[in-house]
Amino acid sequence: MSKEEKKVNRRDFLFTASYTVGAVGLGAVIWPMIDQMNPDKAQQALATTEVDISNIEPGKSITVLWRGKPVFLKRRTPEEIAEARAVNMDDLPDPQMDEERVKEGKDEWLVMLGVCTHLGCVPLKDKGDFNGWFCPCHGSHYDVSGRIRKGPAPTNMEIPKFEFVDSNTIKIG
Amino acid sequence: MSEHEYTPKSKAGKWFNDRLPLLTLGAHLTDYPTPKNLNYWWTFGGILTFCLITQIVTGIVLAMHYVAHADLAFASVEHIMRDVNYGWLIRYIHSNGASMFFLAVYIHIFRSLFYGSYKSPREVIWIIGLMIYLLMMAAAFMGYVLPWGQMSFWGATVITNLFSAIPLVGDSITTWLWGAYSVDNPTLNRFFSLHYLIPFLILGLVVLHIWALHVPGNNNPVGIDIKKPSKDTVPFHPYITIKDAFALLVFMIIFAGFVFFTPNVLGHSDNYIPANPLVTPAHIVPEWYLLPFYAILRSVPDKLGGVILMFSAIFILFVLPWLDTSKVRSAVFRPIYRQFFWILVIDVLMLGYVGAMPAEGIYLVLARVGTIYYFLHFIVVMPVVGYLEKTDPIPMSISEPVLTGGAEPSLARKVNDKV
Repeated sequence: MSKEEKKVNRRDFLFTASYTVGAVGLGAVIWPMIDQMNPDKAQQALATTEVDISNIEPGKSITVLWRGKPVFLKRRTPEEIAEARAVNMDDLPDPQMDEERVKEGKDEWLVMLGVCTHLGCVPLKDKGDFNGWFCPCHGSHYDVSGRIRKGPAPTNMEIPKFEFVDSNTIKIG
Repeated sequence: MSEHEYTPKSKAGKWFNDRLPLLTLGAHLTDYPTPKNLNYWWTFGGILTFCLITQIVTGIVLAMHYVAHADLAFASVEHIMRDVNYGWLIRYIHSNGASMFFLAVYIHIFRSLFYGSYKSPREVIWIIGLMIYLLMMAAAFMGYVLPWGQMSFWGATVITNLFSAIPLVGDSITTWLWGAYSVDNPTLNRFFSLHYLIPFLILGLVVLHIWALHVPGNNNPVGIDIKKPSKDTVPFHPYITIKDAFALLVFMIIFAGFVFFTPNVLGHSDNYIPANPLVTPAHIVPEWYLLPFYAILRSVPDKLGGVILMFSAIFILFVLPWLDTSKVRSAVFRPIYRQFFWILVIDVLMLGYVGAMPAEGIYLVLARVGTIYYFLHFIVVMPVVGYLEKTDPIPMSISEPVLTGGAEPSLARKVNDKV
């Protein structure tokens, strides 16, 4: 009797060990099949864009493409900056100071992803109830700092990593 | 499954059938005992099979001329429309075919809801059917992206961004789906690959759907269990095949009407503008067959909440056989449920309508009311009505009320009577 039990245990061990090795092997094969769908090296190589900003007048903005997405570069007027900074934090669904959204000393330059944080449409400039952007897809209103004020979008428009290479050039990414 | 043993007449047939019983399968499908009272709502299974085959055949042909590249896709579709011999016809059949496919599947699903075809013992047929429906939506969505017009691009952007609502891993999943940092060439490429794959997955599920159907046999308009074969049944061929063929002909006339007279009426004109990642069209709408779900998505003022509710609207159907507590299948004998059924039909049509309208004012109110009713119908109405409702007497068999020319009380039976 005890001899038979022993045999069964030995077989159980072999089964479990085989399944485990099989599962590890399967995982090792499945991972490359999943990971191949992530952005490839060519996509990653396009990850920075340099923009000449010398021609942008105060109050105007341009849109450039960075990693397939639009980036808004807006040179704000002093009035617009003042308006953005006068907002009560309690009125913001995603509270964030305007100062946190721009580079210190370069307050007039708002550089942000022109992508609605709801479902990814491109908001229209100088539209909406808050003198900023309005997304036509599902009705999100953003203010002059690109912060969400009204509508289904959960967060403010994203500020990408960027830096001033010199006074006329911004590098995004 | 087959009620009798089949033996091929010819020697060669017998030789082959002993090795692979395909002829037995053929005989089963031909003789398959079918309730004799099936009405025209039962012809949509055959119509759907026709739709699937049409999409596969036209799709394979289109893939011979289409180029799945962000720079070339739009032009290659125009090339199909203008240069390829009969390309316009094949593409219009394929694009309108998707709409006809959904039209038929919605009738098929509501047929099931009315006559209780999802109930025991047919739950597995129902669930496989819903899996087919889900795959159909995935295939239709990816197919709509392939022409790489403005609606293609922005539809793809909005739908893939639904996944970004998932907490923590949402953005990684979205990037993984795209294969880039936005909807781009890699996205188009993989959508084409999957769009080609999914119809064959559907074909496999259709085989399982029919197999699961042939175990208990068809439900029928009076919804009672019947003995097979008996005087309540007829062989599938020629009785059902001829009825299916007639319905299919009528369906094809409507189909051809769209293809030849208004081939673009169900599409959106913005999709004849090449994709532009810098400009979102003023008014993004999905194809008509997804509008009710789009209305549900937009009725919630919260991103994650809207996405969850939209997916729930589909997944709640999977547990429907267990939400419905009524022992009577057919709504013909359920006076209360029958009324709620029609309210649901109107509700879904209304959600479809408001889904096409801007999400503001009265449309938003209607979308919210419609969404609330949609869920109430399944979560509250179905269990409660099934429990409280006094159903009408159901007949003993299909033949008896027909042959005696009326609902004789002596021929009626109570719900709990054994057949």
